[in-house]
Amino acid sequence: MDNQEDDSKAMILLMGLRRCGKSSICKVVFHNMQPLDTLYLESTSNPSVEHFSTLIDLAVMELPGQLNYFEPSYDSERLFKNVGGLVYVIDSQDEYMNAITNLAMIIEYAHKVNPKINIEVLIHKVDGLSEDFKVDAQRDIMQRTGEELLELGLDGVQVSFYLTSIFDHSIYEAFSRIVQKLIPEISYLENMLDNLIQHSKIEKAFLFDINSKIYVSTDSNPVDIQVYEVCAEFVDVTIDLFNLYKAQSAGVTSSGADGKEVAKPQRELKSVSELGNGVMIYLKQMIRGLALVALIRPNGADVDSCLTIADYNVDTFKQGLTELWANAVIKRPEPVQEELE
Amino acid sequence: MSANNRKKLLLMGRSGSGKSSMRSIIFSNYSAFDTRRLGATIDVEHSHLRFLGNMTLNLWDCGGQDVFMENYFSKQKDHIFQMVQVLIHVFDVESQEVIKDIEIFVRSLKQLRKYSPDAKIFVLLHKMDLVQLDKRDELFSIMMNKLGEAATEYGFPDLVGFPTSIWDESLYRAWSQIVCSLIPNMAAYETNLIKFKQLIDAYEIVLFEKTTFLVICSSNGNVVTSGAGQASSSTGGNKGAIVVDPKRFEKISNIMKNFKQSCTKLKSDFTTLVLNESIYVCEVSPNMVCFIVLNDTTQSQQLVLENVSKATKYFQ
Repeated sequence: MDNQEDDSKAMILLMGLRRCGKSSICKVVFHNMQPLDTLYLESTSNPSVEHFSTLIDLAVMELPGQLNYFEPSYDSERLFKNVGGLVYVIDSQDEYMNAITNLAMIIEYAHKVNPKINIEVLIHKVDGLSEDFKVDAQRDIMQRTGEELLELGLDGVQVSFYLTSIFDHSIYEAFSRIVQKLIPEISYLENMLDNLIQHSKIEKAFLFDINSKIYVSTDSNPVDIQVYEVCAEFVDVTIDLFNLYKAQSAGVTSSGADGKEVAKPQRELKSVSELGNGVMIYLKQMIRGLALVALIRPNGADVDSCLTIADYNVDTFKQGLTELWANAVIKRPEPVQEELE
Repeated sequence: MSANNRKKLLLMGRSGSGKSSMRSIIFSNYSAFDTRRLGATIDVEHSHLRFLGNMTLNLWDCGGQDVFMENYFSKQKDHIFQMVQVLIHVFDVESQEVIKDIEIFVRSLKQLRKYSPDAKIFVLLHKMDLVQLDKRDELFSIMMNKLGEAATEYGFPDLVGFPTSIWDESLYRAWSQIVCSLIPNMAAYETNLIKFKQLIDAYEIVLFEKTTFLVICSSNGNVVTSGAGQASSSTGGNKGAIVVDPKRFEKISNIMKNFKQSCTKLKSDFTTLVLNESIYVCEVSPNMVCFIVLNDTTQSQQLVLENVSKATKYFQ
């Protein structure tokens, strides 16, 4: 049964040499750990799985660096067969030649077992590198990896590279893109968001996972990392302020009339902030721990009417999302049912 | 501007105790992480900060190396210790030379008694995050007893102390109270705030200074007079059985300041924030921001915002 459950989830493998920062990434992205606290993390000795549910159910399996996957006793074939994505972390502040050889070996194996696997490489800990050096390191790593793969006759394999650091938003950005590749409905979502922004003076819209600040989807306009950061921080602000006075609103509810009690907890989180230059940041809770965060630029139009239109359109979007999800849900448990019969 | 509105604040303490770090966080929008870049302060760094529009805080950040210290107590003593409204003495709780720290404190008290006997004294036991959680209270009371004795001896019986750390909200709490002690018409603000709270049927209203996001006053439970210095003993909103976080003001300061900081990435600053139509954050005067939590979430947003703008004239 355990096995079947795993099958219905999209699985991401997190690999890399020892001390390259895999556990830190997991803790920071999925457990909201402060980046500085990761200094005290112990070395991981056993594979550990993080379950994480956003629009899709996701499992991130972290494999310790010192493990040898090619030992016959280790069932690596089954491991690679079930995963949707392979994330390989390279420590950019260390000698990375060994890592690249290791990576090429893993890619060769993984690609043989599962040709559909997405291969993602995080060039990690770039916070310690200067701006010029970052670009150099990236070019160097990409080139060397390419050469290694060419030697193995795997030049057709697509490998994506990301520059990341846990001290800024780049790790969230990278994970957002990795997760998006595993969502089958991503193109519909993108279309829906495009539609939404065209009709409501929205400049940029993100569909955030509230817990991890990963964005599950965005519209097709290019992502400005600064806008993403502001939106992610706005999610934090909203949640933090809401939690401060959660006890208070709960207290009011219980003292209120019986009819109200049912209605109030269902109320979705919504917050709007207006900035000095007229830009508005708009947040509304969606289904399954997601929230839509949008940047509205009224450009001289009436602010209230802008908000009303946005409200209406976002509601429509939410309905669409609910329907999309309802249809997706029917498809997913099917394999499990078949096996039960 | 009358001299009355100028307040001289002395920021003293041994070298490396964290004076410049806390100043940068509160008044220059540094994040706690950014303070690593700060070097040692040479001699005295003056900063003039406008607070609440018409009040100027002259903050004298006195470099804490022994060479400078000797200078302050000898050659520059009349220059440094004259006309002081507030002395803020910072102690590093991890310090290896506690005796020396206290000696410096006592020497400044001596000078203060001579040059400005009306000054208020605050001590901050800083870097509390480095002390184990269960030992903090004990350490704090031991230190405060020692310092209290010393202060009383030199004619400053009303010593107020805070345990602080730049890594949590305790710093905001301490500085809010320090700055509040300088605001003359606090009582007027408070009565107006309570009236306003009743008018719009709010659960709580808190006033913040706009640039620093320090708490000025709040409608439930006065932050200023509860300044016994014990962070744990503070019970802000004692309204029936509802339990609210006693440290919420500082947390709001922290959250909003971070948000303000992130707004600069969009080349703008924030004006209003409405959360679930029950929490409103908006400007109530050019230099104050109010944080309103409503009881009744069915009020229309326009009505609330209109009410706030009408209230502006009571908070000048």
